[in-house]
Amino acid sequence: MTTSEPNTGGEGPVIEAVGLGRDFVLSEGPFLRRRRRTVSAVADVTFTVRPGEIVGYLGPNGAGKSSTMKMLTGILTPSAGYLRVNGLEPSRERTRLASRIGVVFGQRTTLWWDLPLKDSLELVRHMYRVPAADHARRLAELTELLELGPFLATPVRQLSLGQRMRGDLTAALLHGPGLLVLDEPTIGLDVVSKSTIREFLLRLNAEEGTTILLTTHDLGDVERLCRRVVVIDKGRLAYDGDLEGLRASVPTPRVLVVDLAAPAPPIEVEGGSCVRVDGPRQWLELSGNPAAVISRVAGRHEVVDLTLREPDIEGVVSALYRGAVAERG
Amino acid sequence: MRVYLAVYALGLHRYSTYRVATIAGIFTNAVFGAINAAVMLALFSVRPEINGYDAGDAVTQVFVGQALIGMVAIMGPPLELGERVRSGAVATDMLRPVSMMGWWLADDMGRATFNLVFRGVPTFAVGLVLFDLVVPSEPGRWAIALVSFVLAALVSFALRYLYELAGFWLMDSTGIWAVAGLLGPVAAGMLIPLPLFPPAVADVLRVLPWASIAQIPAEVFLGKESLPGGSPLGGLALQAAWAAALLALGARVTSHATRKVVVQGG
Repeated sequence: MTTSEPNTGGEGPVIEAVGLGRDFVLSEGPFLRRRRRTVSAVADVTFTVRPGEIVGYLGPNGAGKSSTMKMLTGILTPSAGYLRVNGLEPSRERTRLASRIGVVFGQRTTLWWDLPLKDSLELVRHMYRVPAADHARRLAELTELLELGPFLATPVRQLSLGQRMRGDLTAALLHGPGLLVLDEPTIGLDVVSKSTIREFLLRLNAEEGTTILLTTHDLGDVERLCRRVVVIDKGRLAYDGDLEGLRASVPTPRVLVVDLAAPAPPIEVEGGSCVRVDGPRQWLELSGNPAAVISRVAGRHEVVDLTLREPDIEGVVSALYRGAVAERG
Repeated sequence: MRVYLAVYALGLHRYSTYRVATIAGIFTNAVFGAINAAVMLALFSVRPEINGYDAGDAVTQVFVGQALIGMVAIMGPPLELGERVRSGAVATDMLRPVSMMGWWLADDMGRATFNLVFRGVPTFAVGLVLFDLVVPSEPGRWAIALVSFVLAALVSFALRYLYELAGFWLMDSTGIWAVAGLLGPVAAGMLIPLPLFPPAVADVLRVLPWASIAQIPAEVFLGKESLPGGSPLGGLALQAAWAAALLALGARVTSHATRKVVVQGG
């Protein structure tokens, strides 16, 4: 695949945020006694994204992810800190920045509801001033990779969510941006559609070196795509590093799921503690050697089935959120 | 520039698909015009001349106004911008490397062109068949009238765009529309020609921007000497001044709105 120009601004970082913050002023209370209260959606967030990285920007609902995305793309002005994207100050140079980055908000479409996908993409071509020949070549590539062929002539309002998302990705990439910003790109998609999009993003990153920053609640996205994650909670940075480091930073025990022949009181065994009982099925959090615990359980109970669950990133992140909350007291 | 032409063509094309709405619009405008014209004829049968207007002038203005309703859309429908501000979808518009006002202007001019040709012309034709309308005698005056109609569409766009930008601060522009959609057409002289108002009121309304949407174009069409400078060109100058001032204000408010105000929704 081809890019029209390298948009990474040389060897410098693609995104540089230092002490980034955004406050909102809320008016509360009954009409005459309305009070103003300042809430900070994002506070003192510092991180850097280098060319060619895929970074997951994670956090629970209301953590400040979308506010950060809006600041990065220039549609929200930061109230504090330093922010550069491709060397530009997003809120001041929004229009210039727009032609150098690709943005997809999973919950909104940038396509035109009543136009066939093809016409929407043609309009995008004019918007980004892509020469006709470049456009045709790039559209052909994306059509093949994202399998757009069957619905290029379909009006956007008639597309399925998965098709629409592929159309939106195409619209965001036609001008060959060096940075792709994705806000929940797989929200609401089925397993097959998710997988198509993940494979596509990996390929885009590997072949074109496109830098990708994405927010998601889908931890499958994170495990498949992100070598590095930035976790934000209550507007503050909670973790920045690789996925392995995140796993290690929060100890989450492995869980042994035991199916007994008949319902029984919670199993008491050395090296494991029962955390949940549901009929004949019990969940044991392991603190010791799994093999030893399994043989002990099997020695004392009639076991029908056993499953050992590795800690997944979902558990790690939720433990991290809880930890952050507990720390704050 | 190409993108705005593409958006203009798109607006034109989009409205061409609303065939039933167009026919219903022609019917409504023609019927309302006929009723309004009958009222004017009854009024002028008592007094042959009111503030420089005679029956022919008044009935012609009624049909010029009805023919312009679709084009200038001063009674609605609103631009889709307001709804996009309310829902937060305007965020995706702001991600595009195009001028927001330029985009909506191009889209609205596409809509206006379609409505002038396919709704305005048939409505006026009905008026010509049913009533004794005063029409320009030379091609040059038709051309001047056409320029005046285009300027009316620009002034109307700029006003409606400002109504909707208010949504960035009020979170919802429907309240503005409720007031402006009612008072705007009255101030424009679209329902009752301004010369029928008491002269003191009419003199104020004539210099406000709304008059440039219907009253001034009607007088240009009629070749009235009551226009600024006593000629149709003076009328065009007034309209052009309002269009320029309001579009400049629109551009200023746009940059203020997108800089200062929060986009709604996650």
